[in-house]
Amino acid sequence: MSTTASEAAPAGTSTGRAAAMAVELVGVDKSFGPVHANRQVDMAIEAGTIHGIVGENGAGKSTLMKILYGFYQADSGEIRVKGAPVRIRDPRDAIAAGIGMVHQHFMLVDTFTVLENLILGAEDQFWVRRSLDQARDELIAIERDYGLEVPPDALVAELPVGLQQRVEILKILFRGAETIILDEPTAVLTPQETDELFKILRRLKAEGKTVVLITHKLQEIMAVTDAVTVMRDGAVVGRVDTAKTSREQLAEMMVGRKVLLRVEKTPAKPGAPVLSVEGLTVTDEAHQPKVLDLSLEVRAGEILGIAGVSGNGQTELIEALVGLRGFTDGEVKLKGQSILSGYQSSDPRELRHLGLGHVPEDRLRMGVVVGFDASETAILGYHDDPAYNGRLLSDRAKVVAHCEELMQAFDVRPADPLLRTGSFSGGNQQKLVLAREIQRDPALLLVGQPTRGVDIGAIEFIHRRLIEMRDAGKAILLVSAELEEILALADRIVVMHEGRIVGEMPTAEADRRKIGLLMAGITEDAA
Amino acid sequence: MTGDGLPRWVDLALIPLVNLLVALLLAGVVVLLVGENPWEALKALVWGAFGSWDQIGYTLFYTTSLVFTGLAVAVAFHCGLFNIGGEGQALIGGLGVALVCLTLGDLPWPLLLPLAILGAMLFGGFWAFVPGYLQAERGSHTVITTIMFNFLAAILLNYLLVEVLIEPGQQVPQTARFPDAGHLPYAHEVLRALGVRTGPSPLNVTFLVALLAAGLVWLFLWRSRWGYELRSTGANEQAARYGGISPGRSIMLAMALSGALAGLLAINEVMGSQHRLMLGFSAGFGFTGIAVALMGRNHPVGVILAALLFGALYQGGSELAFEIPTFTSDMVVVIQGLVILFCGALENIFRRPIVAFFRQRTRETPQEAAA
Repeated sequence: MSTTASEAAPAGTSTGRAAAMAVELVGVDKSFGPVHANRQVDMAIEAGTIHGIVGENGAGKSTLMKILYGFYQADSGEIRVKGAPVRIRDPRDAIAAGIGMVHQHFMLVDTFTVLENLILGAEDQFWVRRSLDQARDELIAIERDYGLEVPPDALVAELPVGLQQRVEILKILFRGAETIILDEPTAVLTPQETDELFKILRRLKAEGKTVVLITHKLQEIMAVTDAVTVMRDGAVVGRVDTAKTSREQLAEMMVGRKVLLRVEKTPAKPGAPVLSVEGLTVTDEAHQPKVLDLSLEVRAGEILGIAGVSGNGQTELIEALVGLRGFTDGEVKLKGQSILSGYQSSDPRELRHLGLGHVPEDRLRMGVVVGFDASETAILGYHDDPAYNGRLLSDRAKVVAHCEELMQAFDVRPADPLLRTGSFSGGNQQKLVLAREIQRDPALLLVGQPTRGVDIGAIEFIHRRLIEMRDAGKAILLVSAELEEILALADRIVVMHEGRIVGEMPTAEADRRKIGLLMAGITEDAA
Repeated sequence: MTGDGLPRWVDLALIPLVNLLVALLLAGVVVLLVGENPWEALKALVWGAFGSWDQIGYTLFYTTSLVFTGLAVAVAFHCGLFNIGGEGQALIGGLGVALVCLTLGDLPWPLLLPLAILGAMLFGGFWAFVPGYLQAERGSHTVITTIMFNFLAAILLNYLLVEVLIEPGQQVPQTARFPDAGHLPYAHEVLRALGVRTGPSPLNVTFLVALLAAGLVWLFLWRSRWGYELRSTGANEQAARYGGISPGRSIMLAMALSGALAGLLAINEVMGSQHRLMLGFSAGFGFTGIAVALMGRNHPVGVILAALLFGALYQGGSELAFEIPTFTSDMVVVIQGLVILFCGALENIFRRPIVAFFRQRTRETPQEAAA
């Protein structure tokens, strides 16, 4: 686990404020209707540095960068590149000004080769073949200069995520960008791939490029940036040199109050097994195995964490366990009673009645209906409970009262059951989903990405509730792409890779490196 | 539904009104082009729709039919489905009504009406349930299947009327006239009994059935657990599955209900007005129902208002064609088309400027207060 300042790169800030600025934002202001997304933002990014921007969700980081990249127009304010004011009306202008952006979701054509993706939008010859030939020489030169090796003729779809990200960076360099913005670039990477990315970023810096890194992971800021700008509620709350700050200080600036970064908990007292999975095999729609002969056990009063890079079968595992996905082989027992066995179709509704709660990993895809008002979202899965229904019509008063109760218990803001679900912030939507599942007091809770897209303040709250639930003797199965979260919450950790469990350990014996290697599929004897 | 912070009345009233005015303005240009006075034409149109009791009667008669088909589209829409088969479902619903009325037609109308409603809903519902089943179980898209079912319905009805149900000894492909006892009371009969003298119009008691249906649809969609399942499926199928709701079941239910509503059109046309089953009685109202639902924002109240607008256009338009001979009925269709274009397809073209206008105002107000 990374500790505060010890890992911080020696920041090259000795040159002081007199250094040339790659990009400056002066008084940038932007509103969307009643939402004031950016308030008089002033920001200066020194040329040849790695500059971090941190802030909670909704703090205005992404809006600001989208203004810089020309997706949005600022209501007022000025953008200066190398000291000269520029007008950026669309991404084309941004590229012309030497600004490039790697989006959180890659903008690549999967069925094209690396080279074809590279010239996309820059094919200046009539014949594509000529553009490709020209690009090939340039690509090889860039790859050599920056140590960014990618096979030019490989299909993008066949490249691992880490390499796809390199293609994105190559695309930007190919267009001659001087300033490179990366939006949450590590969300999809293993710890090792993250380290590789950071090496590339340092290399870019060494070659004189400017890097802007948007993230909410403070340890990454500490590890790679030279300076950090912290945003809150659309405004800049401060700018610090990385070498002179700490994670705790940054977190406090982001949230506006002291935050507990470490979850306080007593050792678990595991009881009888609540969930036992034996030899589970799940295939996807194309009959490809996604979970292979997997066995695990979760006991009462413990949190079992499943670590792994997204897409290694965690989603399919959870969906099979809650009855959303059939499986081809295996058996699942809840408190010793077989609830699912191979081929048997299953009804999520019935499993709920048996005491199985489920917080889905993708809240917007599954957990809520954005068009429903909060009280309707709060009964999803329990809408046929006699408590909310009369003989024919549902009992609106009870539904609303139930939602008010949940909102109070989980501090959902604003506490308005009639507000549209989509109008709540991500963190408050998540609290509503957690409230819905936890207040039913299930014997087993399956939680996927409990704090994805959730503010630091709310993360603290959610973690505390999960620990409380564990201490009340419930079993919790936790899947998270955030290794830090698994390490903080779980009592025991299993690592999934390509549908199998490749390692298991008590959290006390776990460390980032060991788990990272397992996540990449490298078992200890091989390594 | 307003995500852009507009006052509700702007969203529900002002924007549709602006769209309607622009459509009428453009229609005025069309009237000018054929060499007539737009103002006179507009007067003829409005007068034709609302000028006298019997003209209002006609307008409301058409409104009744459009409420049913509009509700049909709206219910399917809330489950994420596009039911284009209202026309066919109405025809088959007519078959159900005719069978009830031909066999039990001697019953007095208050007894016959519930049975005929049942017949219309069962037949129309079945005709939509099949595409629903095909989508739920086989993945065939309802947009395609319901269009095909329109043709099937027309051909089936044609065959039955020519070969089976035709009045013996007659040449015209239509059934025998239903017995008088089962005819629904006309509004003008009721009004006369109350001492109001009006000319005859086909407006009948089905109008009240339509209003009742709109109320029930609202209760079903927003106040029942089945409506909840249906809306969940339409808004987020994954979330519905997560909640233990079977999307397939919701789809079949929504389609059956949608078809049942479309089938009710036959109560108005067949049982209420023509008193016999004949070819093509649905008169394209099944399709106009799509525009009605679109303009009524798939809400029962909106559907009633939009149905009234289209009913008025239909009635006023035919009067207009009668009043101004150079103005053919095709021209009336052009005007209706413009209204559909601006209120349906181009619904959002004025939204952005209007949103900007209101945003400006809300921003200025606090500043004025400060000054």
